[in-house]
Amino acid sequence: MNQDIYVVIEHLRGQVAEISFVMLAGARDLSKGLGGNVVAILLGHKAQGLAGDPSAGSGQYLAADKVLYLDHPVLADFTSDAYQKVLSDLIAKDQPRAVLFGSTSIGTDLASTLSIKLGFPMVSSCSSFSADGKFISQICGGKIMAEGALPGPTALVTMVPGGYKAERGQSTQSPAVTQIEVPVLDSLRVALAGYIEPESGDVDIAKESVLVSVGRGIQNQDNIVLAEELAQALGGVVSGSRPVIDQGWLATSRLVGKSGKHVKPKIYLALGISGAPEHAEAITNSDTIIAINTDPAAPIFNIAKYGAEIDLFDLVEILTAQVKAAKGS
Amino acid sequence: MNILILVKLVPDLVEELTIDTSGVALDTAWLRLIINEFDDHAIEQGILLKERGGGTVTVVAPDIEGVEDVLFTASAKGADRLIKIKGSFSGVNNHALARAFSAVVKELQPDLVLTGVQANNDLDGSVGPLLAGCMEMPYIGYISGVSVSDGKSKVRKEYPGGLIAEMDVTLPAILGIQAAEQPPRYVAVSKVRQMMKTSTIEERIAPDLDITGGPTIDRMFQAEAGQRATMLTGSPDEVAAKLVGIFKELGVV
Repeated sequence: MNQDIYVVIEHLRGQVAEISFVMLAGARDLSKGLGGNVVAILLGHKAQGLAGDPSAGSGQYLAADKVLYLDHPVLADFTSDAYQKVLSDLIAKDQPRAVLFGSTSIGTDLASTLSIKLGFPMVSSCSSFSADGKFISQICGGKIMAEGALPGPTALVTMVPGGYKAERGQSTQSPAVTQIEVPVLDSLRVALAGYIEPESGDVDIAKESVLVSVGRGIQNQDNIVLAEELAQALGGVVSGSRPVIDQGWLATSRLVGKSGKHVKPKIYLALGISGAPEHAEAITNSDTIIAINTDPAAPIFNIAKYGAEIDLFDLVEILTAQVKAAKGS
Repeated sequence: MNILILVKLVPDLVEELTIDTSGVALDTAWLRLIINEFDDHAIEQGILLKERGGGTVTVVAPDIEGVEDVLFTASAKGADRLIKIKGSFSGVNNHALARAFSAVVKELQPDLVLTGVQANNDLDGSVGPLLAGCMEMPYIGYISGVSVSDGKSKVRKEYPGGLIAEMDVTLPAILGIQAAEQPPRYVAVSKVRQMMKTSTIEERIAPDLDITGGPTIDRMFQAEAGQRATMLTGSPDEVAAKLVGIFKELGVV
């Protein structure tokens, strides 16, 4: 057992995911109080470049004290079964103080199962660590925070973005890389068949400068036209949060959020969007967020620059008319 | 094919949430519990699979307030068997819930287990991958499409930016559903009432609810604003006028 903080690096098709740098920054904070090293765990195939091989010259390296690299053809792309086997052996052998995973499509496939398998405690949706080593997690769509001591002996933690800047998890110096042996990977039950590229869609919402974005509060498909009229008046386009896309009211290409697009418009006008963490992480690079919501406790008001606690149905048509009038004058 | 769907009830976030006097948990006195929305998608996906390829759909939920409504609604949508697990679920975490579900999975021996990829009150992992640990079954989450043939399932797993990975998984397996292939179907209240008369809910007794593996919460609190939004007040006309002013300032109007 040791005091090191292990960070399971997430990468997808040759790119290190931003959450990996966020976790490295969090791990650095945590290690200051605990005294251990920050250790990046990298699983892949011919992926030394991601670990910080100077010959790959990727510029930004993982801000870790060292990198443990595990290479195997089966690990080239993420699959839960193979990753679990490799990590299970490694964590059981080393027993670090904590292992950080992304609260993502990759990390959540791993952490819970390993918690049961290894008998190590688990914490979800952690956004930051306090100086004395406590975790702070977000639940209930970002409305409620829960704080507690990092459980032991080895805590498995999934992390959400928002608590740390990714730049703090990057370094200009290449960390030391140690390649370690991969256990035998046979009788695997999960295999990657291939990737399906994102729908290109009619517009690229990531490039638009005005987004009128609708959430659950829009209530039904017939009301989308209200947002479309406003967007048209403003010279922007309509996007939406997950519930709106899942209902089929807008095309998948219009999804703003964790599994959709990250956007950075000049104006992000959120109509009836509560601002759950999965949505919030995708809009933080907007210049000006304006939120319209009837719920004063909606977390969107905590990240918006301007807000109004008003029913969008009382407002939108009037607003569209006023925008048109102002443009006409 | 034998499809098992695991359902959890969670706080309705539309309602005001308050912390109880202990300071470490939500005040349940005023809490309205509803079906976890991702579990609702899991039910829809299970019923779609049954409609396409036959089989039975069994929906399982812990016996807490609101469970009958959730189960009879599932039966109105097309679920064949309903099971509630009886036990003292107050203050119980997902580790305990997954262990309770695992007893039912061992009994029913399903080919496929579907559950929501996450729930809004998850603090110690999610039910699906925890159950995978208990059962030593494979798990894949963030799923928005499922097909089954020859003892295998092909799934669509979501990654950021709209990228999808197609994966093959050997059955039996557990899938964490992000979204069903179509929105969860609507059923009329009258049909749910009819199910209350004609369907039965089977009961199973939970073994000891073992919460080992979850964290201890020292403090729970409402999220505080870093810098709360400047609130625009007044009539709809006045708010609209203020917004137009902001749009002008930003050079959009």
